[in-house]
Amino acid sequence: MSDTALPRPAFRAATDEAPLLRIALIGIAVAGLAVLVFAPLAVVFAEALKQGWSAAIQSLGNRDARSAIQLTLLITAIAVPANAAFGIAAAWFITKFDFRGKAFLITLIDLPFSVSPVVAGLCIVLLFGANSAIGGWLVAHGWPIVFAIPGIVLATIFVTFPFVARELIPVMIEQGRAEEEASLTLGASGWRTFWSVTLPNIRWALLYGTLLCTARAMGEFGAVAVVSGKIRGQTATMPITIEMLYNEYLSVAAFSMAALLTALALVTLLLKTILELRHADQLAATRRH
Amino acid sequence: MHIDIDEIAKTFGATTALRPVSLNIPSGALVALLGPSGSGKTTLLRILGGLEFPTSGRVLFNGQDATGMTVQERRAGFVFQSYALFRHMTVFDNIAYGLRARPRGQRPPKAEITRRVTKLLDLIQLPDIAGRYPTQLSGGQRQRVALARALAIEPRMLLLDEPFGALDAKVRKELRQGLRDIHDETGLTTVFVTHDQDEAMELADLVVVMSMGRIEQIGRPQDIRSKPATEFVRDFISA
Repeated sequence: MSDTALPRPAFRAATDEAPLLRIALIGIAVAGLAVLVFAPLAVVFAEALKQGWSAAIQSLGNRDARSAIQLTLLITAIAVPANAAFGIAAAWFITKFDFRGKAFLITLIDLPFSVSPVVAGLCIVLLFGANSAIGGWLVAHGWPIVFAIPGIVLATIFVTFPFVARELIPVMIEQGRAEEEASLTLGASGWRTFWSVTLPNIRWALLYGTLLCTARAMGEFGAVAVVSGKIRGQTATMPITIEMLYNEYLSVAAFSMAALLTALALVTLLLKTILELRHADQLAATRRH
Repeated sequence: MHIDIDEIAKTFGATTALRPVSLNIPSGALVALLGPSGSGKTTLLRILGGLEFPTSGRVLFNGQDATGMTVQERRAGFVFQSYALFRHMTVFDNIAYGLRARPRGQRPPKAEITRRVTKLLDLIQLPDIAGRYPTQLSGGQRQRVALARALAIEPRMLLLDEPFGALDAKVRKELRQGLRDIHDETGLTTVFVTHDQDEAMELADLVVVMSMGRIEQIGRPQDIRSKPATEFVRDFISA
C-alpha cells in the first residue's frame, strides 16, 4: 500500500474533527437536550399555566399547598447544612489522615446513591417505627420519628448524604496537606487553619456540592414517601403533594406545584452561575499551580 | 539556637523510617541532610519541625527537651518542597499570615505588619510582587516568597525540604547564593534536605549523609570528600 497516491486533505489540527462529524455530534447533543431536558420543562410550565396565571397561583395559595411548600423549605434548611457539615467532616477525615479501611469508608459514603430511596425509607421505618424498641420509646416520650418531620429529615439527609462529600474528596486529595502544614508551622491553630486555609481552598467544591444537595433535598420523593405517611397539611412535602394532586386529576394544581419546585431548582443553578461569573478571577487563581 | 537530636527513631507501621540517630547541630550552622530518597532525611526534618513525632528518642533545643512541643510552639520557619503557598492569598497576605495568626496580645499592629512584609520583600529582592497571587509567579519567585513567609514569624530555626528541587539549573545556582546570604544575615540555625550532593557540598557548613534511616557520616564538605567514612558515602559522592 502506498499512501503517496492518496489525495491529501487540507491541514487541520490533530484534535479537530471533520466538519460533517462535528455537525452530527453537535446535532445529537442538541437533540438529546431538547427531548430529554427542555421539552419536559416546557410541558411542566405549559400545563401549570393552561388555565392562566391566576388559576395556577390560586392553587398554590390554599392551606395544604402552603404547608407543603413550607415543609419542603424547612426540611431543606435542616438537611443541607447538616450534610454540608457531615460532608466536610467526612472528606477531611478521609483525605487528611491515613488509616485502615479508608477504601471501605469511601464506598460507604456512596451507599445512599446505590441503595434505592424506598429501601432507605423502609429501613428508617423499621428502625424508628412505633413497633421497634427505639421508636416505641421515642413515641412514648412524645418524640415520634416516623410519620413526622424528624423521619422526613432523616430520610432526606440519608439520600443526599454523598453530594457534598463526593465533591470535596477529589479536591482535597488533589490539594494534599502541605498548605495546612504550612499554616501550622506559621503558628496558626488547627481551627484558624481550617477557616483561613482549608475552607477557602474547597469553597467552590463545597458550594457546588451544597447546591446539588439542595436541589435533591427539595425533590426527594421515594424515601420521604415511605416515612412521611403522606398526611396532607402535616407531612406531605412538595413532591408528595404533586403526586397526590396528580392522582386526584387536579392537573393544574399538580403542575403548578411542579413548576414551583422546578423554579426553585433553577434558582439554585442560577445562583451557582452568578457566583462563578462574579468570582472568575479568584477561581482562576485558586487552581493548582 | 543549637539543636541536639538524641537517639531519634521513627517507624510508620511496619516500615522503619529512622533507626536511632543522633546529631548535634551547633547554633548558627548551615546543615545539609544529604541522601537518596527513602534515606529518612525528610522524616528527620519534619520531626525537628514538629510535623512528625518520633517513636523514641529526644529532640533538644538549646539543651532543653523539645520532643513534646507542638508545631506552633517550636517556631520553626519551614519551607516546603512544593512551597505550599496559600493559593487563594496574595504574596503580601501569604507573608503576613504568621503575624496575623498570633494571639491578639502578641499580634503586631497593622502598620507594623505592613512594614515587616515590605522589609522581607526587599530581603528576597522582590519588592514589587506584593499584590500577586502564587499562580502568577515563577518557580524561583515562589521559593523566595516561601522563604520570606517562613522568616516573617521570626523563627528560631530555618528548615527547608528540598528547597531547590523544583527549579531549573540556572535559577537553582542563583537561589543557593540567596539562601547563603539570608543565612549569613539572619544567623539562624538552618537545616535543609537535599539529594543533590553538589548543592550540599557547596552550600553547607556541615553535611550529614544518610541512607536507609541511618546517618552514614557527619562532617565538613571537604572532610566528607577526602575521607568518606563508609562504602555508601564513597559511592554516593562519586556518583
